Amino acid sequence: MELSFQMVMSQVMLGLNNGVFYAILSLGLAVIFGLLNIVNFAHGALYMLGAYVALLGYTSIGPLIGMPDFHLSYWAALFVAPLVVGAVGIVIEKTMLSRLYKFDHLYGLLLTFGLALIIQGVFTNFFNVSGDPYDAKPETLNGAVNLGFMLFPKYRLWVIIISLLVCFGTWYVIERTKLGSYLRAGTENPELVKAFGINVPLMISLTYGYGVALAAFAGVLAAPIYSVSPVMGSEMIITVFAVVVIGGMGSIMGSIVTGLLLGMVEGFTKVVYAPASSTVIFLIMVMVLLVKPAGLFGRES
Amino acid sequence: MTEPLQREMLRVSDLHAYYDESHILHGINLTVGEGEVVTLLGRNGAGRTTILKSIIGLVGRRNGSITINGVETIRMPTHRIAHLGIGYCPEERGIFSSLSVEENLLLPPVVKDGGMTLPEIYAMFPNLLERRSSMGTRLSGGEQQMLAMARILRTGAKLLLLDEITEGLAPIIVQTLKQLIGQLKEKGFTIILVEQNFHFAADLADRHYVVDHGLIAEMIPRAALASSREKLNQYLGV
Repeated sequence: MELSFQMVMSQVMLGLNNGVFYAILSLGLAVIFGLLNIVNFAHGALYMLGAYVALLGYTSIGPLIGMPDFHLSYWAALFVAPLVVGAVGIVIEKTMLSRLYKFDHLYGLLLTFGLALIIQGVFTNFFNVSGDPYDAKPETLNGAVNLGFMLFPKYRLWVIIISLLVCFGTWYVIERTKLGSYLRAGTENPELVKAFGINVPLMISLTYGYGVALAAFAGVLAAPIYSVSPVMGSEMIITVFAVVVIGGMGSIMGSIVTGLLLGMVEGFTKVVYAPASSTVIFLIMVMVLLVKPAGLFGRES
Repeated sequence: MTEPLQREMLRVSDLHAYYDESHILHGINLTVGEGEVVTLLGRNGAGRTTILKSIIGLVGRRNGSITINGVETIRMPTHRIAHLGIGYCPEERGIFSSLSVEENLLLPPVVKDGGMTLPEIYAMFPNLLERRSSMGTRLSGGEQQMLAMARILRTGAKLLLLDEITEGLAPIIVQTLKQLIGQLKEKGFTIILVEQNFHFAADLADRHYVVDHGLIAEMIPRAALASSREKLNQYLGV
């Protein structure tokens, strides 16, 4: 089979488009795992919830509040959905997760897994499992851009750029600012950080809120590309967990880079041998686990 | 017990502390006056570290009474206690490996006016200036100890809780620390030292509390130290 540069590059670009979703979602998981020591299985469900905030905000919220002409725009949804889901996350942390820190990891995992099933179950009951289209994509993002080697949909290019900005912005805040130094210190030794007079419980709530707000942001970005469905999160989250395992739990840069790379590997595999593209990430996961059980960027403990 | 002449800064009354099911402190009573340097002496496991941790709020469960400048703290959340002006230097030093030296130094928030400024701290600890962009745990043991001390001097804390600061350090560094504690005392800091190195403690402290099996066994003022040597040796088992 002849591999043309164009074919490879266009699949790699589309793969990168998936990769930014992996990156945002695994970044949120890494931030949460770092400080809370909780594997947040509800991440996929909250990603889905973010997409539904955008969808329902556009189609249903107007009539509900007695203003039938009101539609939450895409741009507004990019802010509103993370805020709503972040608030939901803070409530979950305050009322449920905060009771589990003194126990093993496993309890947090089971609790968030249960929550994911509940949220997904409720949405499956009320919405179409095969998905509803989100039609609020702004005019300005319609059409395609000529990248030289291919015509690339403008909207997908926007998703790649804004996601990279959010990912590296988050990395910068955590690794290079004063606020981030509290977070890193809290990840290492929360007791001592408390003893210095920092309100660690508040910091933990806000961190969980931020982590799941990232998931909601990704959900809004995904809404115009994929249809909005109750199972969109559970489909996505399996791959994202593989990404997290490959990158190493808790590493910020590791989760971003691994997400991007694996998206591109997936795209590349589509050109070489398409049937393997959905399994290649799991093959890599197996190999990485055998060679480096802590993940590519993880520290062996 | 003779009461200190200075204004009372810390009063601990009938303090009990527990880790899970084990009862570590069995009714500690002690007071520390403003500007005093006081040591907690005793064998390993006697409960000295637990007294410091109880004061800053890091034990699982505590009851009794701990007042700092007259404010009752026994039911306060840990992060608020530090804001009463307490600086804590833990036994394991607690330098953060994912933070640079300067980030470690700037981590504890300022809790009171009148703390040292960064230039003042770098003047006092020139090594830290030189290595300010290294990661915290790349420093030698002695440098890490200096860093752990320096970062609580920035916050304006007036009551310092120092746990085993000389442990495992070379004699020359212990000597430097001794000078440092002397300087801090002159500046009016109130200091509680948990110390294994009795000679280090003896010259510096105004009073010594001997901790044994979770209780205060003796209080020995500096003046009575010579006459109490034998008694002290029994408690410390040296």
